[in-house]
Amino acid sequence: MFEQLNLQINAGDIVQIEGPNGAGKTSLLRILTGLSQPYDGEVFFSTTTQEQVRTLKISDDSELFHQNLLYLGHLAGVKGEMTATENLSFNLALHGLSTDSVDENLSAVNLLGFEDSLASHLSAGQHRRIALARLFSSAELAHKAKIWILDEPFTAIDKQGVANLEKLFLQHAEQGGCVILTTHQDLTIAKEKLKKITLAYRFY
Amino acid sequence: MNQASENSIAQNSPRDMNKTTNKLSYRGAFNLMVKRDLTIALRHKDDILNPLLFFVIVVTLFPLGIGPEASTLSRIAPGIIWVAALLSTLLSLDRLFKADHNDGSLEQMLLSPHPVFILVLAKITAHWLITGLPLIIVAPLLAVLLHFNEQSYSALMLTLLLGTPVLSLLGAIGVALTVGIKKGGVLLSLLVLPLYIPVLIFATSAIDTAALGLPYGGQLAIIAALFLGSLTLAPFAVGAALKVSTN
Repeated sequence: MFEQLNLQINAGDIVQIEGPNGAGKTSLLRILTGLSQPYDGEVFFSTTTQEQVRTLKISDDSELFHQNLLYLGHLAGVKGEMTATENLSFNLALHGLSTDSVDENLSAVNLLGFEDSLASHLSAGQHRRIALARLFSSAELAHKAKIWILDEPFTAIDKQGVANLEKLFLQHAEQGGCVILTTHQDLTIAKEKLKKITLAYRFY
Repeated sequence: MNQASENSIAQNSPRDMNKTTNKLSYRGAFNLMVKRDLTIALRHKDDILNPLLFFVIVVTLFPLGIGPEASTLSRIAPGIIWVAALLSTLLSLDRLFKADHNDGSLEQMLLSPHPVFILVLAKITAHWLITGLPLIIVAPLLAVLLHFNEQSYSALMLTLLLGTPVLSLLGAIGVALTVGIKKGGVLLSLLVLPLYIPVLIFATSAIDTAALGLPYGGQLAIIAALFLGSLTLAPFAVGAALKVSTN
């Protein structure tokens, strides 16, 4: 799909990856998370530990990388058999985060009143919102994932929801996190704050 | 815990004073996953009932088909119960990772900060609690239907207790390998059934030996070895297979 791609994403960046369908946006994101292995090339990440900056391959210390990573893929990862609260609590607990503020997080994504509904009874957009609630929770915790990798986060989300998310992305970037996302929508985030990577579709 | 997590605790601790962060231990992650899978299974009752019902139906059909002669039935009873248990486990295997793969939970699991084998072991444990344990509970009742030899009840229970976890553990490897394939059912059976054969042979042999009043410790020891071997190695194999399947 793509080759000779070399990019560095720093803390505080919001990066939008764009390109036509089939250009490899999702593949790129999956490679960045380590879910897919590239045919050729490496992905590195750096962390500051005790005032030292260490740069590691993501596979070298996947535990540390995963602590700093929040990935939302095409599929929301929401179980239909569990309630909204249970889904969010499980996802937070699995990533070692506090589940104290689950209710506030759900209200931040407009799911107040649906906390105890089974996810299978909710709409596609609401499913998505359960997954996105993790972002809000992550945003307010000090011990949080710094790297957000989001594949089409705005799918099935209404306009107000998109605006809230954009605000959240800016806040996250200001606090020293980075956001890498794909979307076909035009973001309202100011141009100087947004980096764009355009993948071109190639015929073989 | 390894050095990496210590580092990250050190890195975050000054800012974390005011917020509660409950870092999960391996045991915590294990319990969390088992609890989640059991919750899902209990709300989706087909999952529990289907393999159990299959087991009961297969075993009860045999006396009807073969005839009620006690001598014939008690001769073939160990084989029937074990083959039925094996097939009903096979029937339930698909669910182990398929649903999680289809809704994206599996990716989240692989990207969690815990080693994959812990979570995999938790899922297999939950699977055994849902499918293996009910089989063990109803097996003695069905054994009565088949005029089971009185001396071999304890052998039946012990082989099932040691053998059904092996079925879940080995089956999980097959499921993990085929989870990305749309129609992986046939392939799964082909992959997994040959691995089940040793358990079947030694379990039925143990029960037959017990019926003759001879010691069956040898067969039991081999099943126990299969159990411990698969318990320690299968989770790693499953983790690696899942990474390949989701690639």
